[in-house]
Amino acid sequence: MSISRRGFMQGTGGALVASLAAAKETAAQIFHHELPARSVAPTNQKWVMVIDLTKCDGCEDCTRACIAMHFAPPMQEWIRVYEVEDNPAAGPYFLARPCMQCDNPPCVRGCPVGATFKRTDGIVIMDQDRCIGCRNCMAQCPYSARSFNWAEPPHTREELSVPYSTDYNYPHRKGVVEKCIFCPHLLRAGKLPACAAKCTMGAIYFGNEYEDAVTNSKGETIQFSKVTERGASFRLLEELGTSPRVYYLPSANRKYPGPNELKEKEAAEKKL
Amino acid sequence: MISKREANLLRSVTETSLAFYLWIGALSCVALWGLYAYIHQIRTGLIVTGMRDQNSWGMYITDFVFFIGISHAGTLISAVLRVTNAGWRRPITRLAEGITVFALCIGGPMVIIDMGRPDRMFYLFYHGRIQSPIFWDVLGVSTYLTGCIIYLYVPMIPDLAFLAQREEFGQRRRRFYRALSLGWTGSVEEQHLLEKCISVLAIFIIPLAISVHTVVSWIFAMTLRPGWNSSIYGPYFVVGAIYSGAAGVVLSMYILWRVFHLEDYLEPIHFRNLGLLLLAFCLIYLYFNINEYLTTGYKVQGPEKLLVHGLFFGSFSTLFWTVQSMVIIVPFILMTAVLALKPLRRFTPSVLAVASFLIVVGAWAKRYLIIIPTLATPYLPNPKLPYDWLHYRPTWVEWSITAAATAVFLLIYSLFASIFPMVSIWETREDDAAREAAHAMAAPPQPAPQGLGTIRPWSK
Ligand code: SF4
Ligand code: SF4
Repeated sequence: MSISRRGFMQGTGGALVASLAAAKETAAQIFHHELPARSVAPTNQKWVMVIDLTKCDGCEDCTRACIAMHFAPPMQEWIRVYEVEDNPAAGPYFLARPCMQCDNPPCVRGCPVGATFKRTDGIVIMDQDRCIGCRNCMAQCPYSARSFNWAEPPHTREELSVPYSTDYNYPHRKGVVEKCIFCPHLLRAGKLPACAAKCTMGAIYFGNEYEDAVTNSKGETIQFSKVTERGASFRLLEELGTSPRVYYLPSANRKYPGPNELKEKEAAEKKL
Repeated sequence: MISKREANLLRSVTETSLAFYLWIGALSCVALWGLYAYIHQIRTGLIVTGMRDQNSWGMYITDFVFFIGISHAGTLISAVLRVTNAGWRRPITRLAEGITVFALCIGGPMVIIDMGRPDRMFYLFYHGRIQSPIFWDVLGVSTYLTGCIIYLYVPMIPDLAFLAQREEFGQRRRRFYRALSLGWTGSVEEQHLLEKCISVLAIFIIPLAISVHTVVSWIFAMTLRPGWNSSIYGPYFVVGAIYSGAAGVVLSMYILWRVFHLEDYLEPIHFRNLGLLLLAFCLIYLYFNINEYLTTGYKVQGPEKLLVHGLFFGSFSTLFWTVQSMVIIVPFILMTAVLALKPLRRFTPSVLAVASFLIVVGAWAKRYLIIIPTLATPYLPNPKLPYDWLHYRPTWVEWSITAAATAVFLLIYSLFASIFPMVSIWETREDDAAREAAHAMAAPPQPAPQGLGTIRPWSK
């Protein structure tokens, strides 16, 4: 078979164009998030959380409320309270860490089967019907926000009474990954997520970024853009480029005693 | 008509001794024990391993990286030797390619063993996302495995045809060989085709091998974790893989040499040349290690400080320094001694075997040291978890499965060696011819004549 020069040139050109197009498409796939149909949520919502560290007294009400609401398996804290002391002169403060629902989520990027994905309302959701349990997302998440069901979780009748839904993420099962999902079923009902609703100090504000308002358990509503604009807020490990959707107001000076301080105080009072 | 050498070579295929059955039996026992451990793990969940939320990967991923690394032994080395037309490669290519194929067969499934939901592994294909490094691995390893099986098989065809004609085998076995030989008759045309096919494969396999180990390293390098967040990981892993793979080749060469008495085929020159190759890779690996640890250690900051401190002086330091000396320093001294000092030269094969053993075992521990300490030092460690949730310690299940993986590897390798000749008969025949010609001319040995299996484009 002989190929004319013209045919050869055309063929090469065609192949070149085709491979460039394929390369571009692949790059687009890798660097941009595709939006499968199941990730579409109401388009007028974009959830944000603001946690006021000045108010947090480390009581872990949020953690308990979350565990109770989601029947979270033992050893799991989807929202975890850390005691942080980043500078010895200022003394420690408490920092609650839910999933940051990153806008540039490394966990979503790394999931091989799309079991964890970004919804249009900003939530990084977890589909346990799809998760294969490879735990790449746990290696990817810099906030240690993910837990794994290493064994069959203990069940209660209440937990088993509903069919599984990504909205509340139970009944639980072994071999898949769990995490904070901002309680989409409560949001749909117009309620605050469990942690924000149960925070006795009113430290957790939650709301729709498009409405520019965030509300806490005491019904106090603040303007989201104002608190963040002031330069007062920061996001955790912002330098990693994950663009978290959880903002923190720095603990300028903590006004409340922490749990250990309370205990010490009580002990001291008893002695007196 | 075969020579005495070849009869000797065929002994490994025609005779099976009691020791062989015992060996196979022992390996099967270990493998079955591992199967039991795995069933236990499937029923109870990964809770039976030492992995927990913080150390979410452990020995299985270590095994995965290790076996994929060992797999670079063969194909890469034999392909490079073919492409560069090194005549001395002929007796060792097949045993090296065998290591590759079987190590891949073991390494790949380690990821499935690590999965929480192995029943859903086909989701990787239905729902696979090209953005995920895990998916790149699945693609890379399966392509590589396919390529390596072909690359092992194609150069074996003339030997299969040869075996099909041997009277000492039973009817069934000869039919089996004949079917596999695809009706090879050995005509000039066929030889030409085979030669072409092998050269194309050899060239394609090299980039494939490099890319596979690069994407394996990317599972780690594509994360934001301290220690893994490094751009050097691709070449670092590739060099480590080739290094451990070459050591694997030396080791298996030594064992086959001792077990099957292949002195006629494997000569000091083979050990010496591979030893030089190993030494070169040892130095390159040393360079990468210094580069990796010095750059993180020099500017110690934040979580990286904890990591480096843990490795150098902390809880991982004993393992770290043992492994570094085991993988690099001791083998370096041993190899330099036998390769450089004339009086020690006659110990080359056994000393190289010892060094290779250290390298292979150390390579496994090195993978462990790459994976575990980084997971143990996240940005936000959880201080509230109990001790055993924070400190990874492999359990009996993980040890059993790892032992079983090694046993299955040895098992397949041994069975393969008892069915197919581990030294290519037709390729070494040319070698014979060359040697005789050289002897006849009483001249120093010359490179093999350009015949089958050589690559024309690169030969002068
Ligand atoms: S905090 Fe972790 S789990 Fe949550 S979205 Fe970010 S990377 Fe994913
Ligand atoms: S563990 Fe599940 S959610 Fe996480 S990366 Fe693997 S498949 Fe995705």
